[in-house]
Amino acid sequence: MTNIVIHAEGLGKRYRRGLTTSNQTLRDALSGFLRSPLTVLRRSQHETFWALRDVSLEVRQGEVLGLIGRNGSGKTTLLKILSRITRPTTGWADIHGRVRSLLEVGTGFHGELSGRENTYLSGSILGMTKREIDKKFDEIVAFAEIDKFIDMPVKHYSSGMYVRLAFAVAAHLEPEILLVDEVLAVGDLSFQRKCLSKMGEVAEAGRNIVFVTHQMNQVRRLCDKVIWMDGGTIRQVGTTAEVVGAYEAAVYTGTASSQAIRGQKARFLSWKISESRGESPHMVTLLNPITVRFDLEISKEVRHGHHGVALFSVDRQLIWACAQDDIRLEPGLHSFAYSFPMLPIRPGPYSWQVSLWEDGELLDLWDCLPEINIATQVLQHSKDEWNGILNIPYEFTIHDDENHRSKSNRF
Amino acid sequence: MGVTQTNVPVAAKPSEFPVVRIRPTSGGLALDLKEAWAYRELLYFFVWRDVKVRYKQTIVGVVWVVLQPLLTMGVFTLFFGRLAKLPSDGLPYPIFYFAALVPWAYFSQAILGCTNVIVENQHVITKVYFPRLVLPLAAVSSGLVDFAIGFIVMLVLTASYGIWPSSAALALPLLVLLVLLTALGIGLWTSALNALYRDVRSIIPFLVQFWMLASPVAYPSSLVPHRWRWLYGLNPMAGVIDGFRWALTGHGAPPGPLLLASTAMVVIVLVGGLFFFQRIEGTVADRV
Repeated sequence: MTNIVIHAEGLGKRYRRGLTTSNQTLRDALSGFLRSPLTVLRRSQHETFWALRDVSLEVRQGEVLGLIGRNGSGKTTLLKILSRITRPTTGWADIHGRVRSLLEVGTGFHGELSGRENTYLSGSILGMTKREIDKKFDEIVAFAEIDKFIDMPVKHYSSGMYVRLAFAVAAHLEPEILLVDEVLAVGDLSFQRKCLSKMGEVAEAGRNIVFVTHQMNQVRRLCDKVIWMDGGTIRQVGTTAEVVGAYEAAVYTGTASSQAIRGQKARFLSWKISESRGESPHMVTLLNPITVRFDLEISKEVRHGHHGVALFSVDRQLIWACAQDDIRLEPGLHSFAYSFPMLPIRPGPYSWQVSLWEDGELLDLWDCLPEINIATQVLQHSKDEWNGILNIPYEFTIHDDENHRSKSNRF
Repeated sequence: MGVTQTNVPVAAKPSEFPVVRIRPTSGGLALDLKEAWAYRELLYFFVWRDVKVRYKQTIVGVVWVVLQPLLTMGVFTLFFGRLAKLPSDGLPYPIFYFAALVPWAYFSQAILGCTNVIVENQHVITKVYFPRLVLPLAAVSSGLVDFAIGFIVMLVLTASYGIWPSSAALALPLLVLLVLLTALGIGLWTSALNALYRDVRSIIPFLVQFWMLASPVAYPSSLVPHRWRWLYGLNPMAGVIDGFRWALTGHGAPPGPLLLASTAMVVIVLVGGLFFFQRIEGTVADRV
């Protein structure tokens, strides 16, 4: 027991379904009570669900723990409990040492305030004392590379500058335990690299990190130990190689989650890039024509089917979608194929979503696993703030009209 | 489900650090104010942010703070004083009204600010831990800047009427503390309720208006029959406002019994508010 820094037993978190801000008004609560006082008191079990159930774990000093699993598996809920943002419904945890959490970049920033003021505000909200901030202020500004703009209101910052300053503040926290949620998914590649190396330093200094991510390469690089979450419980815990291997195997065979509610009559089974030249059938490395195939199984004839496909970025921004009508499918195995001249989008992980409908009834909806990884050559502006969402090949030409010559560069 | 967290000292190695135990409990009766004290620097930064943002829009902020009670004072003097001829316990009408309007303006602003403070800071609450109590504390504290400005105007006004502070003015800090605790006591309830039920914030302005009529702002509390005076004092603002008038002008007798009843009421509301707030504090991040 000597060097355990986080010790949790039986952590559980129950939420009430539909407990959203919009339907919680005093008026509704009162009128609901007046209409039927008994039903309000007799809250049915159906209205609650467990986002986390019976999770026990130990983190030893100096360990970097990765939390992996698909969306809704309870990773973030666990992190929120460990960082004390919300309390568990059951169980307990002992935390030895100062905990700081980084669940978003720029926590506490206020647009009207200057970079300097926000450094103090955000630093203080994240748990630094004024003296610590005073001491590290110059370092923070240097890390963020925004010295000229430090006294300008951050609402005039470019998004790149904003993210750099916000991360610089967070990077200078010196807690014994750092809890990080997917923040590395924001920002451009060079920012992500900077984050990773900073986290590596923290880990080498013998401090602890608990780290939620979808990107297995980051897990491999940073984590000593990995917990695979599924449906609110721990599915597997062990060394990084062992758990990530099992997770990836499950993801590829479509058994990564026991939670998904899937269709009976029709069911998407898997997806891949046909004739992939990448490292895996889920990676795009060249800006060449590609064909994406979605395999599905039909158990009962579909007469008037509609089919939709959508591509999302990691932050669930819709990149592209389209739909097909009047699809007729006999029982058996089928595949839908989409051919594109290229996928000119910014490198990073994306995910497909496919659906099949019949007469307005949803037969199956699948958030495709694994993600599609775009790893093409970057043809974008080198500055963070000019990184767009597209990564299109282009040709640049200078025409010399006097000598009827022209010089062009193809990218 | 209410929850408490306790700091347990621990032996063993990585644990020269204190241990924080995270756990649910049901409706614990222990108040954890130590935790809020440990975060007093964050309180300072929240107040600093509020004041800075409020006055960033330059001079308009200050002018409004001065103008609002002055205009209200003018209206009250004209209608309640000159036309309705309500008594003012022998004080000049402008002094009589302004001495009530300065603490009242602070009180109503603090209540409204407190009511919204959790919802307004939801982006922080859902991303990082700190004792949530810091937020209503910051909301009632940042109003003190406006209050101080109003207070200076008040001193100028009394001086222009030839009224100089007497020994009664020594009670002022206590009265300021009382109005702050009153606002905090009420604000703890309204901020927590507003996090649970989002329409509370639309009820509060109406209640505050109503409350002003039930407080001796536009009339002296001497209008209330003597045997009901103690009941009237259960409105904490009755004691506060009478106290301010007395302390600023040295005029009349100190409102002793009224103030005692008010103070007792504030203690009850405040302690109740702290418990209620602490009950929802642990899971408020799930609600906003």
